Amino acid sequence: MKDDTVKLPLAAEADATERPLSIAIVAMGGQGGGVLTGWIVDLAERQGWIAQSTSVPGVAQRTGATIYYVEMMKPGEDGRKPVLAQMPTPGDVDVVIAAEYMEAGRSILRGIVTPERTTLIASNHRALSTIEKMAPGEGIADSSAVSEAIGVVAKRQIVFDMNRMAVENGSVISSALFGSLAASGALPFAPEDYRLVINTSGKGVAASLRAFDAAFARTEAGETGDGERAGDLAPPSPPAPPATLPDARANALLQRLRSDLPKPTRHMAFLGLRKVVSFQDAAYGGEYLDILRDIAAQDLDAGGAANGFRFTETAAKYLANAMAYDDVIRVADLKTRAARRARIAEDMNLGKGQILSTTEFMHPRLEELASTMPAGLARWLHGKPRLYAWLDRRIDRGRRVHTYSLRGFLLLYVMAGLKPLRRRSLRHKDEVEHRTAWLAEATQALSHNYDLAVSILSVRRLIKGYSDTHDRAHSKFDRVMQTIRTISHRDDAAQWADRLLRSALKDGKGDDLDGTIQTIRSFTEEIQGPT
Amino acid sequence: MAERSFAREVEHLKLGDGDVFRGEGILAITKALLQSGISYVGGYQGSPISHLMDVLADANDILDDLGVNFQSSANEATAGAMLSASVMYPLRGAVAWKSTVGTNVASDALANLASGGVKGGAMVIVGEDYGEGSSIMQERTHAFAMKSQMWLLDPRPDQECMVNLIEKGFELSEASNTPVMLQVRVRSCHMTGQFVCKDNKRPEFTLQDALNSPKRDLDRIVLPPAAYTHEVEKIEHRLPAAIDFVKQAGLNEHFGPTGDDKTGKTGLIVQGGMYNSTIRALQFLGLSDAYGETKLPIYVMNVCYPTITSEIEGFCEGLDAVLVVEEGQPEFIEQSITTTVARLKKQTLVHGKKYLPMAGDYTVAALTKGIGQFLEDHEAQLLGNRAPTPDPVPILRDPKVAALTEVVPPRPPGLCTGCPERPIFAAMKLAFEELGEHHVSADIGCHLFSILPPFNIGATTMGYGLGAASSAAFNVKGAKRSISIMGDGGFWHNGLTSGIGHAVFNNHDGVFLIVDNYYSSATGGQDILSSRAVNKRRVTNNSIVDAVRGVGAKWVRQIDRTYDVNRMRDVLKEALTTDADGPKIIVASSECMLNKQRRVKPQVAKAMKDGKRTVKERFGVDEDVCTGDHACIRLSGCPSLSVKQLDDPLRDDPVASIDSTCVACGNCGEVADAAVLCPSFYRAEVIHNPGPWDRFKAGLSTPVIRFLQNRRARRAVDFGGMSQ
Repeated sequence: MKDDTVKLPLAAEADATERPLSIAIVAMGGQGGGVLTGWIVDLAERQGWIAQSTSVPGVAQRTGATIYYVEMMKPGEDGRKPVLAQMPTPGDVDVVIAAEYMEAGRSILRGIVTPERTTLIASNHRALSTIEKMAPGEGIADSSAVSEAIGVVAKRQIVFDMNRMAVENGSVISSALFGSLAASGALPFAPEDYRLVINTSGKGVAASLRAFDAAFARTEAGETGDGERAGDLAPPSPPAPPATLPDARANALLQRLRSDLPKPTRHMAFLGLRKVVSFQDAAYGGEYLDILRDIAAQDLDAGGAANGFRFTETAAKYLANAMAYDDVIRVADLKTRAARRARIAEDMNLGKGQILSTTEFMHPRLEELASTMPAGLARWLHGKPRLYAWLDRRIDRGRRVHTYSLRGFLLLYVMAGLKPLRRRSLRHKDEVEHRTAWLAEATQALSHNYDLAVSILSVRRLIKGYSDTHDRAHSKFDRVMQTIRTISHRDDAAQWADRLLRSALKDGKGDDLDGTIQTIRSFTEEIQGPT
Repeated sequence: MAERSFAREVEHLKLGDGDVFRGEGILAITKALLQSGISYVGGYQGSPISHLMDVLADANDILDDLGVNFQSSANEATAGAMLSASVMYPLRGAVAWKSTVGTNVASDALANLASGGVKGGAMVIVGEDYGEGSSIMQERTHAFAMKSQMWLLDPRPDQECMVNLIEKGFELSEASNTPVMLQVRVRSCHMTGQFVCKDNKRPEFTLQDALNSPKRDLDRIVLPPAAYTHEVEKIEHRLPAAIDFVKQAGLNEHFGPTGDDKTGKTGLIVQGGMYNSTIRALQFLGLSDAYGETKLPIYVMNVCYPTITSEIEGFCEGLDAVLVVEEGQPEFIEQSITTTVARLKKQTLVHGKKYLPMAGDYTVAALTKGIGQFLEDHEAQLLGNRAPTPDPVPILRDPKVAALTEVVPPRPPGLCTGCPERPIFAAMKLAFEELGEHHVSADIGCHLFSILPPFNIGATTMGYGLGAASSAAFNVKGAKRSISIMGDGGFWHNGLTSGIGHAVFNNHDGVFLIVDNYYSSATGGQDILSSRAVNKRRVTNNSIVDAVRGVGAKWVRQIDRTYDVNRMRDVLKEALTTDADGPKIIVASSECMLNKQRRVKPQVAKAMKDGKRTVKERFGVDEDVCTGDHACIRLSGCPSLSVKQLDDPLRDDPVASIDSTCVACGNCGEVADAAVLCPSFYRAEVIHNPGPWDRFKAGLSTPVIRFLQNRRARRAVDFGGMSQ
């Protein structure tokens, strides 16, 4: 039998709690997390510390989320080496460096950012994941949720767009992160020690140092990056329309807008007006204002004033989109504008003496061409299936158009010049018919459910895309509208309509929408009972 | 050429006696092999072993100087069989691979090798891809070591210990005529550290010596009756010899109080690889300092198999209970020690999985909890004055933090920007839109990312090179055809015979798609038989098409540019609908973009600098034309194709957008065309250092274009500012 009372002097425990400094770097494959890790190890070793890094690249090497981990400690008495761990322990990490904002969020969920201990250095730019990009609407994760969580979990936070800062200085994000780390003072090393590491790293030293210094200064200044959160993608409110315009035709329309429409709607209506006029001509702008004026009148009758004329404002937005539909004439027009070429030239950093050209990937089908023909001719052609098929075989194939070659440009230019024919085309007739029915349905709802009426207008958001995508969008639109009809009598119809819209925007296949429709069906059929 | 160049690291391999090596674990292992006087080395790439293979490939000159023969093995079975060189001759050799997958492949060779035994030291270095970040099924190499009786070394994560164990491992192998496995975990492979070097050693007995005076011994060949003798030898001679060697060389280590200082009632028995985490856990429990000065006796098994009974007996002496820290399952070591202690009729209780998780990573948190619980039950007073252990749970429960679980999107790995496999899967999706979904057998390699969004293609993956074989059962006429996908890496690894040869022989009706990207890409871009590069030391440029025709395939289509989505889709459709008999084989070839960029970028930069005509290309999206439906992304998933929110209140949904990392592979435009998506995409081409013809053409068209643009702009209604 052994002595049960093993004596452990309390003094020894002080050593046991003296742990190495730990740094976790969370990044995506290809972001240079390995380089940064190497720098940190080098930094510590140059100061005579023992440092160890590990990583688990695994399959994450290709664009997936990756984590690197560094521990460092001074050697003990007689040069004793510390035993360093190979993975971060939740609740026991001194510095977390996140090279992307959602990765910062992921590190928080891993529990490695804790209020007693962790300095979080994060770039708040976003590299969107495939899931976020795939949604047929807006599927981007909410960066503000990460910001809020950081406020709770981090002992100290250094957050700004380090990616942009690095790129502006001709470098990559690792240099900026390293600069922020240096300025944070989280490690007991002098800024010069950090610079020395970059200086001896061999590649792109000057640019790395510029980004390092910029991030260092920015972190020292203690700015947290208000007003430039890259994740914050919410559009700003529309600018106020001007009082007058120098162009007489534009000014006439503007003055009509100002006199006919309630004030809260004018911002949006002005943008809409500009869009439809650019799409067609001044007369088309007049038509837009006519429709909006009628809508505004009905809105007023339905108590619009109390609702801030939301109905009219929403109509101003979606009517403009509906009127400026996507046809070949519009595409050709947009592609041949001078501003477009200037934008691309800037994008490509076009230098002096260099020549820019662009190639368009077009795949027109007879359907698109026929729909721009006068309605009569188009209908006649549709009535001749063999001729139609014969023609389609000649037209339906991919065409590469060299925009800034003479031939390519003239082709597109002439196509854009077909505008005068547009309002007689089959496509235009179809579009007018569709939008009239949609507006009628919305205004009909206006009398008994204001919110629902607004929601119906918003369903128009679903109409987008070209060719098959456009057809699918229409079928989605129809299914949503049909379902709304079955519940339009309910008080909560607007909420359901919004939910239908949201789920239709969520996935490309429409499974989510089917689910919502099923849900709605389950209670509508229940109420109606078996017949 | 591999994705990463190790030219700089290779210099470390030249370090001599007394020099200090600094670098990654896998490099330290490579250096240790050279210090051990090996004659030959081989293996098959795969994380975490790829770097070892890449370093060796870049270190050819050093290897030549030392007289070491380095082979890029065709697969792990080849590598395993190579060790047969050590059966009759005193040649030291090592092979390496990712485990357990590679060990599965090699196990036939290893079982034969271990049965007959070896004369020269034979070592298998296995990268144990277990736990977080692993890309394979969660199993243990330990089982293979036991079943074939190969000694299993599991060094403490410390480079000095790792290097020492490799050198000693060869001696152990020779002393016991048994091949040895050295297991290193992912984190140890990528762990930086240092050790003091020795000079590299030339083998005393060379491969030439062996070839010039060949030897054979029927007793070493696995054939009755020798096979029966081998089993007896294993038990009566090799095992005792190994145990003696391990004891004498002191391969296993003791930490903490020993001898008279060992007054406590409990102890830990730890796999070498688990040592660092265990020390950290003990630190959290207040029982060790940061330098590993522990109050609990620890027996570190750098040799995990066999169990050294006398060492266990000594360690358990005076202890009421021991805890076995052994990651993974089944708990072979715990069982072995339990048996040992029971047979010794000792009173010491042996615990392990009762306190520690049966499955999954032994994280520091898991160890702290398990060891703490064990001590509470068996020697609670030790924990008397421990510090509070780190605990993230309270903060994770904060509503603002908990809300993040709904927000943070998953970020699985995917195909790189410009990957030539993307258009293949886009084409397959388009073919399915017309012909309906088909059963797809996937394989191992980059192309396996097709199982993830946005493609969601592929039902099973049965192992490297087995994509074709895994649709063998679906040889059914009249049903929708099965599609099997296989990479060029898997094809040469074994797929040519196991998949294509099989399909030809059995007249399989399915479609077999071989993705040929000129490298073994997923493992880091190593050259293989069909690589297009000229490799000084290997014979490349062997056509896959010729190979499949060589085994009798008749319906074979070669696609030279996978980015031609229309063609890709049409060929797939043809393969799925043709009346032709037998397997329908499609070889889709385009160079891995990651490797291509690495190859081409410096060339382009140089040409531009030298004033040569160069065209720089990138894709873009006309944001006014894009309607924000993202159908293009659902057929792509390219990292450079993203979305951005416009500064336009009329638009709700973000539009597609291509960033500056685009490499102009052409996929976007081709897909937009093939799927008849939309005309938003354009390819921008900037001619640097244009020639006279370029300048003449531009000089002709630019004024006309400018005139027409101005004309139309003048006529437009002007609202001031942007037009639309």
